[in-house]
Amino acid sequence: MKKKGNLFLYIGGTISGLMTALIILGFFWTPYSPTALDSSAKFQPPSAAHIMGTDNFGRDIFSRVLDGAGDTFIIALCVVAIGCVFGVLIGSICGYIGGVPDLILTRVCDSITAFPSFLLALVIVTILGKSTANIVLALGILFIPSFARTVRGEFARCRELNYIKSARLTGAGKFRIMFVHILPNTFSVLFTAVTIGFNNAVLSEASMSFLGIGIQPPFASLGSMLSDSQAYLHRAPWYALCTGAVIILLILGFSLLSEGLQRMNKGD
Amino acid sequence: MKYAAKKLCTLIITLFIVSLLAFLAFQVIPGDPTTQMLGTEATEEARAALRAELGLDRPVHIRYFEWLSGFVRGDFGTSYSYRIPVSDMLADKLPITFILTIMSFAFTVILSIPLGILAGSARSKVMDVIITVIDQITMSIPAFFIGILACFIFGNIFALFVPGDFVSYKESWGACLGYMVLPALSIAIPRVAMTVRMLRSSILSESDKDYVRTAHSRGNHRRAIMVRHVLKNALIPVITFLAVSAAEIMTGSIIIEQVFTIPGISRLLLTSISGRDFPVVQAIVVIIAAWIVIVNFVADLLYQLVDPRIRLK
Amino acid sequence: MKKRILAVFLALASLMCLLGGCGGATTKNPNTSDETTNSSRVELNEITVGIAQDLDDSLDPYQMADAGTREVLFNVFEGLVKPDSDGNYVCAVASDYNVSDDGLVYTFTLRDGVVFHNGAACTTDDVLYSFETCAATSVTAAVVSALSAISEIKAEGSNIVITLTTPNPDFISYVSSVYIVPKDYTGHATQPVGTGPFKFVSHSIQENFIIERHDAYYGDGAKLSKVTYKVYEDITALYTALNSGALDLAAHISADQAAALTNGYNILEGTMNLVQALYLNHSFAPFSDVRVRQALCYAIDVDGILDITADGHGTKLGSSMYPAFGKYFDPALAEAYPHNVEKAKQLLSEAGYPNGFTFTITVPSNYTPHVDTAIVMVEQLKKVGITAEINQVDWNTWVEDTYGKRNFEGTVCGFDASTLNASALLARWVSTSSKNMINFASEEYDQAFAAAQSATDEAEQTKYYKQCLQILSDTAANVYTQDLADFVAINPKLEGFKFYPMYVMDMSLLSYTK
Repeated sequence: MKKKGNLFLYIGGTISGLMTALIILGFFWTPYSPTALDSSAKFQPPSAAHIMGTDNFGRDIFSRVLDGAGDTFIIALCVVAIGCVFGVLIGSICGYIGGVPDLILTRVCDSITAFPSFLLALVIVTILGKSTANIVLALGILFIPSFARTVRGEFARCRELNYIKSARLTGAGKFRIMFVHILPNTFSVLFTAVTIGFNNAVLSEASMSFLGIGIQPPFASLGSMLSDSQAYLHRAPWYALCTGAVIILLILGFSLLSEGLQRMNKGD
Repeated sequence: MKYAAKKLCTLIITLFIVSLLAFLAFQVIPGDPTTQMLGTEATEEARAALRAELGLDRPVHIRYFEWLSGFVRGDFGTSYSYRIPVSDMLADKLPITFILTIMSFAFTVILSIPLGILAGSARSKVMDVIITVIDQITMSIPAFFIGILACFIFGNIFALFVPGDFVSYKESWGACLGYMVLPALSIAIPRVAMTVRMLRSSILSESDKDYVRTAHSRGNHRRAIMVRHVLKNALIPVITFLAVSAAEIMTGSIIIEQVFTIPGISRLLLTSISGRDFPVVQAIVVIIAAWIVIVNFVADLLYQLVDPRIRLK
Repeated sequence: MKKRILAVFLALASLMCLLGGCGGATTKNPNTSDETTNSSRVELNEITVGIAQDLDDSLDPYQMADAGTREVLFNVFEGLVKPDSDGNYVCAVASDYNVSDDGLVYTFTLRDGVVFHNGAACTTDDVLYSFETCAATSVTAAVVSALSAISEIKAEGSNIVITLTTPNPDFISYVSSVYIVPKDYTGHATQPVGTGPFKFVSHSIQENFIIERHDAYYGDGAKLSKVTYKVYEDITALYTALNSGALDLAAHISADQAAALTNGYNILEGTMNLVQALYLNHSFAPFSDVRVRQALCYAIDVDGILDITADGHGTKLGSSMYPAFGKYFDPALAEAYPHNVEKAKQLLSEAGYPNGFTFTITVPSNYTPHVDTAIVMVEQLKKVGITAEINQVDWNTWVEDTYGKRNFEGTVCGFDASTLNASALLARWVSTSSKNMINFASEEYDQAFAAAQSATDEAEQTKYYKQCLQILSDTAANVYTQDLADFVAINPKLEGFKFYPMYVMDMSLLSYTK
């Protein structure tokens, strides 16, 4: 059991490490300028000069991927962070305390979940302006309810467990019980939720770009590149495939890593 | 019963908040429907006249309550762009999205529960590793990308499928369902992987619990333990997750409807937003919200059914 | 236990295979049946046309606002006269017309045997009603203002006599916009009725728009019996369908897409008939200086834009006129500001911006060619030290905020002519015009335009219009780029397709080769 957990950890760590290294590299150096146009090098298939080929503007896809992966990574991380922190806060209050706060917060969360996400994002971005930070904020808000819901379920379940009851009897404070006793119990579910959230954040960022409220061209995130590439699927399949592959690797590394960590924790 | 009635109440409150949000959203976003209707060439007078005709020159709260009272009576209003009753438009589009949603949800449940149980009960065996790895990879592929890949592989390479050649259920149910298989799978596949993963980890953590060990030591049959004890508890977070899934599939279909060019409700919503066709947006938002809220309501009921320890007053 | 699990697994696996097989089988069917419909489409003499936007405004002839709607309904509605593919006005509902020498009295003879799609015969009453309704309700301001110059309109036997207060050499082009509809019929918004070679059959929102041959048409009429417009989400979706062979005809595909089509379509190249430019807001500080605007013109390499975005296709413009207007278009203007980075830098220094400046280019996000052009511009401007940022907005925001409120610094977009005359493109730059989104203010221009408007002689009018174009070029009013290349992919069995100097597609010309 323990050994296997480490296997996941190793593979996940290697992929994530590699991706992170590439992303960091992308901050300082890319083989070509990610926005440099070259009309003589449009739609070139992968070659030694352009290892992922070039796009419809003759831009080097690898350079753009390096550049865009960084943006995507940071956006997704911030979005999940916002969603997770506020989700846990709201979810724990709703799940453990219940009553009126539960009623109100659940209603608000339900309304947000029930509201078409991009319309909400559009509203937030319109009010605050179209900067990357605001896109992160808009997406982050959209991610709160799903975390809150998951955590609420866990808290409601744990509340009835015997050791919590006994903790309550020994006079432990509400917040102590919530965050010291119950919260660690939700980690396994939360871990899964975070990896899924990361996955979803990358995707949401892509759909927002698709609808024109993501990163503005000529700059790109992996999501906006993927939606751009769809138009050239026939002419330049490597565009979509390479961008998609990088997204998959990014998510895969992250989720394998969390899988490994989770197993290691259990193994101990 | 009392619980259900209470839930129904909160359900209506949620829908009310949502509809209000949707109405207010357009107070913030610039642009109004006369732009879509009249274009750039129109004079300011023509625009003002049309605004008056549509009642857009009146204060927002009056318009909202008028809309609300109409909505309650089943009158969804008339589309600004198409000049036909919104209910007629929805009657056309709703079934399409509904088929897609139901289909991908069915795929998700049918595939994920058995696979999840399998993965959960086959712990520390080779199959577990295989399933976990496949699971992880599958989970990492965005539905959007699966859709693009499916179009490319089945549309371009094998030519088994004509992306964009959607056939409405009104013409042929078979062809319509056939067209929906790939989009539905595209939405379902990552969800299956997520659900399997969740169920598995839930089963694993549940199996390690003392009561399960006790049951084992008492010599109960493994399968009986699985069904009677482990699954009962392990399914709780999964049901919550599936409920959220059922809701998210509906919203997730927005992008998939785009990728596969399915003229469903999501696409109508997108174009209505850009056209500032308030009555249509308003109706669709409320319908999507209703779907999500009702699904969650059902989840809550199930949640109680599976685990009676939880008393949601 | 192990066996049982294996059995479940196998059962699942076979279920999945079955599902997959099922999917394969059911999805294959439409394809094979599609081939049969393709050949049966030939037998039935009908075609399927892909369009990248729905007809989501009113279908009323005077209310339709989208170019895409006008493009389709051109086949359904006709005026007394209608434009042909050479840009001339030919008789349609009128069989003949003449203009008095002073240019004030137009006499149209109503053609015999014109029948509406609803079966009613067209009478002079219908014509009078159409003019009246159009003048009162048209959303095209230019048409309304042209019709407001009518002092009297009356029927004399089968003639319609129109008297103007002032002569207007463009008047006939506005007459073509007055579509003739049956008197007192009010259902156009959803059930349009006209006199064109095709009649409206049905419209499934975001799915299709179907028109059929109007058998009682007076002239040669349509050769095809039915045209189904299939509505796609966007040009990418349309292209995917085109590539899989589901369509007979699709217009407005890009050079890249046209080049990549492999399955035997004929590709025709025309132009979009619009003036694409980086329109500059003259109220925004750096752009109020003519030297800065000229610097931008020198900095931007239009050939470079064409090379990158369209493999070199497209026509360079240089002023607010596109080549379909052969009378006014002057190719020399396109070369007024050859690409010259040094000169651009020098002009910027003279204007007090030796280190450049930063501005935002607003682009309507639904028009890929404009977005692409903006992306190339950003790179080109970088070379002279100007930092441009792109802000994509949806069409409605663009119209309301950018166009209506003039709340922008620079914007890449294209203006087309709603009627086939020069003033449709030039009237907007008059300093008092409500459509003068760039806040262009040139007395010289205003005078030249006014002179052109009041000229009764065509040659004189042309001279003044050309002067207007020269002024726009000299003052570098905008960074003019191109008239976009327009590619049409067409089933090789179809013949007769013709490009028009305006945004329409004439389906009546198409037929299957025998």
